[in-house]
Amino acid sequence: MIVSSMNLLGARLSPEMLAFAAPSLAHLSPLDLAVISIYFAMVIWIGFYLKSKANTSEEFFMAGREMTAWIAGLSFVSANLGSLELMGWAGSAYQYGILAAHWYWVGAIPAMLFLGMVMMPFYYVCKTHSVPGYLKLRYGQGSSTVAAVSFAFMTVLMSGVNMFAMAEVMKIVLGWDLNFSIIVSSLAVAAYVALGGLRSAIFNEVLQFVLIWGGALLVPILGLVETGGWNGFKARLAHNIATGATAPGDYTHMWRSMGHFADNPMGIHWTGILFGLGFAISFGYWTTDFLVVQRVLAANSLRSARLAPVIGSFFKMAVPFIVILPGLLGLVVLTNADGSLMHLVGENVVAAHPGAGLHSYNEVLPLMMVRYLGPGLLGLGITALIAGFMSGMAGNVSAFTAIFTYDIYQPHIVKHAKDEHYVLVGRIVTIVGVVISIGAAYLVMNAAGIMDYVQALFSFFISPLLGVVLLGMFWKRATRQGGFWGLLMGTLTSIGLWAWVKADPSALRFVAISPDAKDMAENMYRALWSVSTSVGVNVIVSLCTKPRPLAELAGVVYGATPLPVEEPVPFYKNEWFWTAIAVVVFLALNIYFW
Amino acid sequence: MHSTGISIWFFIGVLLTIYGALILGYGIYELSSGTMAVANYHASVWWGGLLLLVGVFYGARFRPGRNE
Repeated sequence: MIVSSMNLLGARLSPEMLAFAAPSLAHLSPLDLAVISIYFAMVIWIGFYLKSKANTSEEFFMAGREMTAWIAGLSFVSANLGSLELMGWAGSAYQYGILAAHWYWVGAIPAMLFLGMVMMPFYYVCKTHSVPGYLKLRYGQGSSTVAAVSFAFMTVLMSGVNMFAMAEVMKIVLGWDLNFSIIVSSLAVAAYVALGGLRSAIFNEVLQFVLIWGGALLVPILGLVETGGWNGFKARLAHNIATGATAPGDYTHMWRSMGHFADNPMGIHWTGILFGLGFAISFGYWTTDFLVVQRVLAANSLRSARLAPVIGSFFKMAVPFIVILPGLLGLVVLTNADGSLMHLVGENVVAAHPGAGLHSYNEVLPLMMVRYLGPGLLGLGITALIAGFMSGMAGNVSAFTAIFTYDIYQPHIVKHAKDEHYVLVGRIVTIVGVVISIGAAYLVMNAAGIMDYVQALFSFFISPLLGVVLLGMFWKRATRQGGFWGLLMGTLTSIGLWAWVKADPSALRFVAISPDAKDMAENMYRALWSVSTSVGVNVIVSLCTKPRPLAELAGVVYGATPLPVEEPVPFYKNEWFWTAIAVVVFLALNIYFW
Repeated sequence: MHSTGISIWFFIGVLLTIYGALILGYGIYELSSGTMAVANYHASVWWGGLLLLVGVFYGARFRPGRNE
């Protein structure tokens, strides 16, 4: 969710721009409506069925820690695969080409594998229920509370922003009323998460994952059939560029144009991609954002917890097939009613020409669905978008509920209550979280532009948290004060740099090291400076303060934690084997599309 | 996942079976009535059929009580 949306969709799906969208793109048949209705019936059924399995706090908040590696892995990657992500990145691929796949490969895979192989043992062995919970064990209550409050606040706010954006998408694609989309989807999410807790959220995420592939996979398949495969597509694209029908550019290579900021339309440099996106942003998101880490913590064993991100990494590598490829294919197959090549434009151009029948980049995926999917299949594609949104919201709400109950309510409000009390609080907080999300959605609706700020806000906390968690996990000398000040100064650095560029756009040449840098480069370098500050301050303050005794660090720090010996398994069940395969596939993809 | 009683894969199997049957049924109707759109290459038939097959497999493989 956040890796992409904070960088891209905030700028692409702003409320005032969406308000100018043309009449709905698609018209649903009764069969499509039946497909969508059956999905809603299924998620509510799952919620009611799982209610009896969510009686203790361990069951409600951690799904009983019974998830297999496959379930945890699919849920892990699915919590990130929202419908806005699908549409935003498909649009980005249409606009910038295959560069957009960086956010799925170098911007995700190394971090996912690092989480599984290196960090997971510490999260899992200390039996923490959350990332702030880990900070409490490692650095004490201060850092934990700062992280918990910021995460809880931003999670429900992001949930509301996504809810509004999704309602806008439904309005554009189907002509549905905003209030209808917000209320119906919120009620469904509130029902199944409040009833079944994290287990219900995870089940629905796996269901959504299957639906996304079932609903969206057909589009690139049919697109490739129509264009004559990948080579046929490239030939048609080259012809379009040669005849001036498509804007010139290298749409099919990922690294060749990364030598200088001015060489590629995104205005980014390979150092920003590799260190900013590939490390500061993606490690921050995939290894410390509780929204995704919570899914892996629910695994039924350490081996499952380590395998889950590895399994997820394979599916993450495949996602560009249903997101990036449709966007690219749209460059050559989308045509107007008169048969001429359709040209999608930016949201601002659509807004400036109401009634001209223009479509924005973000509409490329729905347009491709309308092109290829008949009755029933279109309903399945739309269901995939709705399911993507709902599971993203359920992820936000279930993470918010766990953080609020475990890391704010229990340590600060009611410390020693019965287990049932905390489960009841969890159910109530779920409802409250959804209500706040709805409020945030209407706030965004009535205060255009706030969406950009909210998404930037979320990014402020992720990278500094990475610095604190990494040092805490791998450096015994890091102290309580070091962690607290590292987190605080890293966050202030991020906010300061963002405000500097906001007040003086020319400051971008300092933040992103080049006058040719664009917005996305700013995000990458800001994250890099933020994590560097966080680590630097943590080191300096730690060296000036008294270290914690080694005995207190058992279970949370490398070198002070005896890791459990796992039973030997055949090589094809070993997490290191699959990690090696994932690395090979990852490298092969980058080399092939170099 | 045994402690949950019904596996998530069973729910997925049920959903895909229903979707597959509906979409395949419509695809066959389209074929017989000759209203097939050129752009979708009879996708309702083979994609609906595929969903139905996968759904039936998972529904049967993970049906409640099978492993008890």
